[in-house]
Amino acid sequence: MSDAVLAVALPVPREISPGERALRRLVRRRGAMIALGVVVFFVLLALLAPGVAPYDPLATSWSAVRKAPSAAHWFGTDEIGRDVLSRVIWGTRASLLAGVVSVSIALALGIPIGLTAGYVGGWVDALISRMTDAMLACPFLILAIALAAFLGPSLTNAMIAIGITATPVFVRLTRAQVLQVKVEDYVEAARAVGNSHLRIALRHILPNIVPPLIVQTTLAIAAAVIAEAALSFLGLGQQPPAPSWGSMLNTAKNYIDNAPWMAIWPGVSIFLLVLSFNLLGDGLRDAFDPRHR
Amino acid sequence: MFNYLLQRLATIIPTLFFVSVLIFGLQQLLPGDPAMVLAGEDRDPTVIAYLHEKLHLDEPLPIRYLYWAGGVLTGDLGESVRIQKPVLELIVEKLPVTLQLAVMAILIALAIGITAGIVSAVCKDTAWDYAANIFALWGLSTPNFWLGIMLILLFSVTLGWLPASGYVSPFEDWKANLASMIMPAFVLGNAIAAVLMRHMRSAMLQVLSTDYVRTARAKGLDERVVILKHALRNALTPVITLGALEFGTLLSGAVLTEQVFSIPGFGKLIIDAVFNRDYLVVQGVVLVTATTYILLNLLADLAYFMVNPRLRDSHG
Repeated sequence: MSDAVLAVALPVPREISPGERALRRLVRRRGAMIALGVVVFFVLLALLAPGVAPYDPLATSWSAVRKAPSAAHWFGTDEIGRDVLSRVIWGTRASLLAGVVSVSIALALGIPIGLTAGYVGGWVDALISRMTDAMLACPFLILAIALAAFLGPSLTNAMIAIGITATPVFVRLTRAQVLQVKVEDYVEAARAVGNSHLRIALRHILPNIVPPLIVQTTLAIAAAVIAEAALSFLGLGQQPPAPSWGSMLNTAKNYIDNAPWMAIWPGVSIFLLVLSFNLLGDGLRDAFDPRHR
Repeated sequence: MFNYLLQRLATIIPTLFFVSVLIFGLQQLLPGDPAMVLAGEDRDPTVIAYLHEKLHLDEPLPIRYLYWAGGVLTGDLGESVRIQKPVLELIVEKLPVTLQLAVMAILIALAIGITAGIVSAVCKDTAWDYAANIFALWGLSTPNFWLGIMLILLFSVTLGWLPASGYVSPFEDWKANLASMIMPAFVLGNAIAAVLMRHMRSAMLQVLSTDYVRTARAKGLDERVVILKHALRNALTPVITLGALEFGTLLSGAVLTEQVFSIPGFGKLIIDAVFNRDYLVVQGVVLVTATTYILLNLLADLAYFMVNPRLRDSHG
């Protein structure tokens, strides 16, 4: 009787899924939440650029060449009189696009290849691992520069180059996670009841290796944003006159003694966006694996 | 030791093979006839015919690879189309400048990274720890080409203390050389310092919680001796090994830093080659970089093996 009363009186605590627990831990991390806010701000800026930017980012004005920041031009103007604020706002598109597209390419290639290497094992794994080692032996930016150089300079090719260069990290991570998960009891059980290899890999292994992939994706976006800015800075990314933070810095470098404002804001924007993705990545890692702190 | 070396070589050889395939494969990305692209805008038929013969472009792909790889093994990386010099010679010419920049950057990174890592671990959860972590995040998130521009603005344009760009050989004037290299070296070392700081912090935290450190403290040893003699020595080994992996970051960073400060090194060579469509130079630079990276990793592994008695014993 008393047990029955207690059961009615005390609500049975709902079981919290690991994902939900991680989300709650993430929400409690102030740094990660501020970072998320900054990322959302930049995403909104990129989406609403036509409405938010005070001027046309390509419109030149010979009467406003290299003007210091003022009420009319908050971030000043550049060497051919274009509004720096408007170009910074429109430049958000190139940076975020490069971050998201190139990491999507890396995920689309890296996860299936890593899954195959880890699950199949044997000579397939050995072959994929050696190829991954070979790609990782080439420094990230140097390989991206070489790929972008052979493909031809453009934002699309820069994104392809960064995506391909970022792939081996995802191959290695996915493979290592699969090796850990594939010996778990639930995978053995799935195999015992006669599931196909493809089904085991996609339905039983993949969902269980998602957390580290999410963390790596966030950090890889940060690296890709810097890489796109670097390639554009070197003239291998977004081509002028289209605005990109990297190419704006490339031009600004030549006017640093008489128009320093041209260099400050594109750099601050790269820094803030990359810092936010890094903080978010750190926060996600701590949330998924509290032992890491 | 010998067995371990053989084991490591057995994994390195296939990796080097795939690196060569990857770099050779870059040429296949060029649209159309590679000889037309390599010949530049003039497209002189004599040059095109010469390149066809020189690069064996009429042969099937695997044969072309064998010719190319054979050349690479004998030190023939081809010839720069623009400068008319062997690629290897160009690389060897530019290497000392980048090497000086890299060594200075590593020294700066070690000085900042190791110190910040120790302070952060010893003063865990204090303002010092937070400050060191903020420094690491700053280092990892700041694009070094922007940091370079900002330092030029501060130290060259505003204060007039250091030259904004250019390079002076140390054999000509070592003071001017140091003045021209200190800013680029700091810019390059900054990001690596951040990585080293993070490694150092976690290695120190791990070592500080071990029994022998507790014993050293229990014996009443001075805290400085405990940290610098007992903990630091043991924490430093994995950090140095992990630090060797930062060689890639160093070279990638050098490309940008040399571009910002107009330093005529390895990085500037690859960028000039890209814009001159001097693709053999691009291939050569990537090949030399990747091979050096692999060999440096091997050396780091061997060093780790030699200083770690447990690993040594397990391999006989």
